[in-house]
Amino acid sequence: MVSKLNLNQDLVDQARASAARVAADVQGFIDRHTTVAVERAVCRLLGIDGINEVEVPLPNILVNHLMEKGVLGTGAAFYIGNAMLELKLSPQEIAEGVSRGELDLTALPLHGSQEIRQVMREAAEISTVRIRKNAARREAYLREYGDKQGPLLYIIVATGNIYEDIVQAKAGARQGADVIAVIRTTGQSLLDYVPYGATTEGFGGTYATQENFRLMREALDEVGREEKRYIRLCNYCSGLCMPEIAAMGALERLDVMLNDALYGILFRDINMQRTLIDQYFSRVINGFAGVIINTGEDNYLTTANAVEEAHTVLASQFLNEQFALMAGLREEQQGLGHAFEISPEVENGFLYELAQAQMAREIFPKAPLKYMPPTKFMTGNIFRGHVQDALFNMVTVITKQKIHLLGMMTEAIHTPFMSDRALAIENARNIARTMKDLGDELVFKEGGIIERRAGEVLKKAADLLKQIEEKGMFATLEAGIFADIKRPKDGGKGLSGVVVREESYFNPFLELMHSGKEAAR
Amino acid sequence: MSGGLYDLHKKEFDKTLDLRRLRPYGDTMNDGKAQMSFTLPVKDDERGEEAARRIAKAMGLTDINVVFHNVLDSGFTFYVVYGSCTHTVDYTAIQVQTVEVETMTMEEVDAYIKENIGRKVVVVGASTGTDAHTVGIDAIMNRKGFAGHYGLERYEMIEALNMGSQVPNEALVEKALELQADVLLVSQTVTQKDIHIQNLTELIELLEAENLRDRFIVCCGGARITHELAKELGYDAGFGAGKFAEDVATFVVTKMARRRPAMEA
Repeated sequence: MVSKLNLNQDLVDQARASAARVAADVQGFIDRHTTVAVERAVCRLLGIDGINEVEVPLPNILVNHLMEKGVLGTGAAFYIGNAMLELKLSPQEIAEGVSRGELDLTALPLHGSQEIRQVMREAAEISTVRIRKNAARREAYLREYGDKQGPLLYIIVATGNIYEDIVQAKAGARQGADVIAVIRTTGQSLLDYVPYGATTEGFGGTYATQENFRLMREALDEVGREEKRYIRLCNYCSGLCMPEIAAMGALERLDVMLNDALYGILFRDINMQRTLIDQYFSRVINGFAGVIINTGEDNYLTTANAVEEAHTVLASQFLNEQFALMAGLREEQQGLGHAFEISPEVENGFLYELAQAQMAREIFPKAPLKYMPPTKFMTGNIFRGHVQDALFNMVTVITKQKIHLLGMMTEAIHTPFMSDRALAIENARNIARTMKDLGDELVFKEGGIIERRAGEVLKKAADLLKQIEEKGMFATLEAGIFADIKRPKDGGKGLSGVVVREESYFNPFLELMHSGKEAAR
Repeated sequence: MSGGLYDLHKKEFDKTLDLRRLRPYGDTMNDGKAQMSFTLPVKDDERGEEAARRIAKAMGLTDINVVFHNVLDSGFTFYVVYGSCTHTVDYTAIQVQTVEVETMTMEEVDAYIKENIGRKVVVVGASTGTDAHTVGIDAIMNRKGFAGHYGLERYEMIEALNMGSQVPNEALVEKALELQADVLLVSQTVTQKDIHIQNLTELIELLEAENLRDRFIVCCGGARITHELAKELGYDAGFGAGKFAEDVATFVVTKMARRRPAMEA
């Protein structure tokens, strides 16, 4: 791709190198720790599922058991593997035994670690084979129907009731949506467990549960067959259960996952150590499963000023790229986020939006960028809002954004009506059709407003990354560089779930799913 | 009414404004014109269109024109409808509760505090309950404020603490006691299924149960919050869309100054 913005490639390289060093530094920390959520994800991938009589999930029961015994640093897989050898039971039967209070996994005679690794590897392959098959199935659908060229239209369903969500999702898919995201109920990101079964009650969204994933997947496959299109399913792999939700999504063939530790740290006040460790394993799983992740940079601009803080979005995209590569997640799976959030009162605001979007496109050429519509300056004036969304749609098409989250004119009023969604899709399609090749026809004036704006943002991002490199990631977050929000290293939710790994720590899925780990470094 | 851009109907109604019989205005006084759109869970055909017309009629419209209908999904059709509203309201008889104070600027608020209160005013704010949105509380409290209106953190005479989102009501009250706060600000953005009512009510109940209600000025805000609703729920004031830090500050400092002699007597 020829740069239309005349970007300084040396600066791009410098920024990328800074981000890589920041990520490597954090990775050193990650590799020395595990968390309760990582170990619960291991349990889930080993087939442990279900709840006890008071609805506590079995993965929580098992991991809490090991935590109480003070041995979680060895990894749940070690003790499950040992119990499998000793008792000739499946992981599920072992978890049930622990749940009934009949089994103390630390009281069993210990087998040799080679023997345990061997039995675990075999047990783990049941899931990795299933996940590989899911990825192959997705590929087969995409080959059969062909994948969509141009932006993937992304819509949200959020009724709180999975069965109602399905009605809305199918209608949306028939109207032309390519990605259906099921918004989670408010507050789920702060639950330190994943609820179980099909759910029909939620506030502003629907619980992410494995059964809800399965039901929606089935429904979208059905409507996809009618429409002869593959409809992608998206959910939220963020909050305190990142790796568990990644595991559930991989098992049920989700295609897109919101997945961003920085978002959780800043906007959900989740402890930074906890969530960066969680993020790593969740990205390993997503990478292996062929899932496209979406990062949350767009959210910075809902609190910070989109004109003044645009460089923090770019800096964070560089960081997210490196964190993803570190986990073996390819560029083609990196839906780096940004948003159309400049106030409509700003003169030439559209030009700045265009500059930012084009810049992201050029700096991350293979990434299926996720572009978010206006939300901050949506006022309830639905008529003006529809125009703002149209401007956003134009930037999307001109700069070839990939995951195109549709703006709703009723943003800030209610979760979308069926008609809101239809009008949003119509708006996006009108623009995608009538402006299809406009981007290829346009060149930006040399030294003009757009080129200069992109250059300035890049320069500031590169400087910021250099500063972060010197300071380190944790200190940067403590200083409130992103979104104007300060978070202490030992503050926030979930720190008590962080455990130092023992020398003998073992997670079979890290090895099976991330064979390229060494190569990636 | 068949197509055509021009309304050829004779306008044989009284065209003088009568505030006791107020009707919507399209392009002629008292024409009652209203636009609306809705979806019916039926298929897109003549029968559906007639159903849309009858729905509009049942809502009190006449001269109904279903100008657009479009299938959304099998069994769901979207309609855009125009009509003339037959109902009227007596505008002169309407009483609305609003926060009735002349809003001061940041500088005026600071000066007012110095003169009438004589010490810094302590404000603790949060987006409470499960609500994860900070946009409302940030707009009022954060230093930079919103749309050019500086937030309370920037006020010289206000000590402001923004606790962020998903703060349990108990934690808010605990922090308010710890800081000896004068004012509690609660923001609620998520309003699906009236969860905000539940959250807001819970805070007042908690304060009352602890005998703390009179100790603080308690205000709530959010896009869907009205002053009337806030009063009904037991708050001192409610601030909806389009209100800024200075509106909130003006209200609380004047309320404090008025309360003070009684409190210290």
